[in-house]
Amino acid sequence: MGKRSVIPYGPQHPVLPEPIHLDLVIEDERVMEAIPSIGFIHRGLESLVEKRDFNQMTYVVERTCGICSFGHGMGYCETMERIFDVEIPDRAKFLRTIWFELSRMHSHLLWLGLLADGFGFENLFYQCWRIREKVLDLQEMTCGGRVIFSVNTIGGVLKDMTSEHMQIILKTMDEIEQELKTIQKTFFEDYTVLSRLKGVGIMPKEKINELGCVGPFARASGVAVDMRKLGYAAYPMIDFEPVVSEDCDSYARCYVRLMEIYQSIDIIRQAIAKIPSETDLVTPVKGNPNGEAFVRLEQPRGEAFYYAKASGKPNLERMRVRTPTFANIAGLCEMLKNTELSDVGLLIITIDPCISCTER
Amino acid sequence: MSEVKNPENILEEIEVSDLLFRAMELKKKGYRFSQAHAAYIEGKYELSYSFSDYETYQLHNLRVVCDVDQKVPSITEIIPAAVFYENEMKELFGVKIELISTDLDNRLYRINVEKPLGPKEEA
Repeated sequence: MGKRSVIPYGPQHPVLPEPIHLDLVIEDERVMEAIPSIGFIHRGLESLVEKRDFNQMTYVVERTCGICSFGHGMGYCETMERIFDVEIPDRAKFLRTIWFELSRMHSHLLWLGLLADGFGFENLFYQCWRIREKVLDLQEMTCGGRVIFSVNTIGGVLKDMTSEHMQIILKTMDEIEQELKTIQKTFFEDYTVLSRLKGVGIMPKEKINELGCVGPFARASGVAVDMRKLGYAAYPMIDFEPVVSEDCDSYARCYVRLMEIYQSIDIIRQAIAKIPSETDLVTPVKGNPNGEAFVRLEQPRGEAFYYAKASGKPNLERMRVRTPTFANIAGLCEMLKNTELSDVGLLIITIDPCISCTER
Repeated sequence: MSEVKNPENILEEIEVSDLLFRAMELKKKGYRFSQAHAAYIEGKYELSYSFSDYETYQLHNLRVVCDVDQKVPSITEIIPAAVFYENEMKELFGVKIELISTDLDNRLYRINVEKPLGPKEEA
C-alpha cells in the first residue's frame, strides 16, 4: 500500500465555476475517497416564505439558479396549482414547454462548453457558447430576459409568443441543428476528446439506484428515468423518449446531453406545430392556498423536487426545493473513487454541478 | 403522443419507531431515495422522506410527526444518500437526528444562526 495523503480540492479552483470543496484522500495519485463539503454560498431562499407571500415566492424560487431559473419558477407554480387544484390553459402549457426546452438547450450548451474547457479544448468551448447565444437571444426576444424569464405565474404564464416569434424560433432551431452536427463530430470522434472521456469515471447502474442519482447522470448509466414522462405542461401531447446510454462513463454523459439538445429541438418543433390559438394564458386563482403538494420536474440536470405546504394564509408554512445536484453529489463521490487525480476536475464537470442551486 | 406515467403520490404517516423498518422495506422493493425535508409547524416537526421508483415513477412519502425534543434515528446506514438531507434537517431545523453516518456537526451550510427554521428560543 502506498502512502496516503489528503489534498484539499476547491472551493476556489480553475475548473469549478462555483464553490464546492472536496477532501481527496489519495494514494499514489489515485483517489481513494472524496469527502465533499458545501455551504459557501447558502442564501436561505426557503426561509423567505416567512417574509414573502405565495405570489412573490414565484420570483424568489426562480432565482434559485441562473441556468435553470425557468424550471424552478415553473416547478413552484405547478406545486401551487396543484394546491389550488387549477388546470392552466392549454396554450400556457405549450408556452411553458417551449421555454423549458429552450432552457434545457442553453444549459446543455453551457455544459458542453465547460466540458471542452475542462479538457483544454478552448476552440470547442467558444463554439458551444457561441451557439448558446442564439438560444439566449430567443429567450430575450420572447420574455425580455436572457436568464431570468419571470413569465411564470400561478395559473399560467404572463407573456405570449406571436407567430413571428415562433417562425424565428423554428428558423433558429434549423441553424442550431446544423451547427450542432459540426461540433458533434468533434465531441464524438476526436481522438483527444475520446482519450479524456472514454472509460473514465465509470458509474455502474446499480450504484445510480443505490445513491439516488438523477438526470443525464443516471440516463448515461442506462437508467431510463425522465420526469417529463409524468405528464406536466404539454409533454403528454409531445412524442419523445428519454435519451439513454449504457456506457456509464464520461463519454456517455456527454453523449446523453448532446443528444438531448437535438431532442429539445424536436420537442420545440412539435410544440409549435401543436400549440392551440387561444387567448387565455392564465386561470385565475382566488384566495389563499390551503394544503400541501409534492411535484417533480425534469430540469436540465435531472429531477427537481418541489414541496409546498399552506394553511390558508398568504405566507406558506414551508416551501422546499431539492435540486438535481443535491441528489448527485453522493454519486459524484462514489464515481471519484479509484480515479486518477488528474481526472478529478473533468469528472466533477461531468455531473454538471450547480452549487448555487444546491445551496439555495 | 408520449406515454404518461403519473401514479398518484402516496403519503404514509408513520411513527418514529417505524421509520427504519419502512425505509428498509421501500429500499428492498427497489425504490430509490429521492429526498427528505423537515418542516416546523405548530410546535412539532414534520419530517418527510420521499422514495420513488425508476420504473413506475411512483412517489412514496413517509411522514413522521415528532416533538421537538424527540430523537429520530438516522436512515443513513440503510440509505447512504440521505446524509446531506439529514444534516440539513439537523442544522436548519434542529431536528435531533441520531447516528448520521457522516455528521457534519451543523457545518453543512456554515451559517452563523442556530436552527434558523426551527423553534425560536425564548429571550
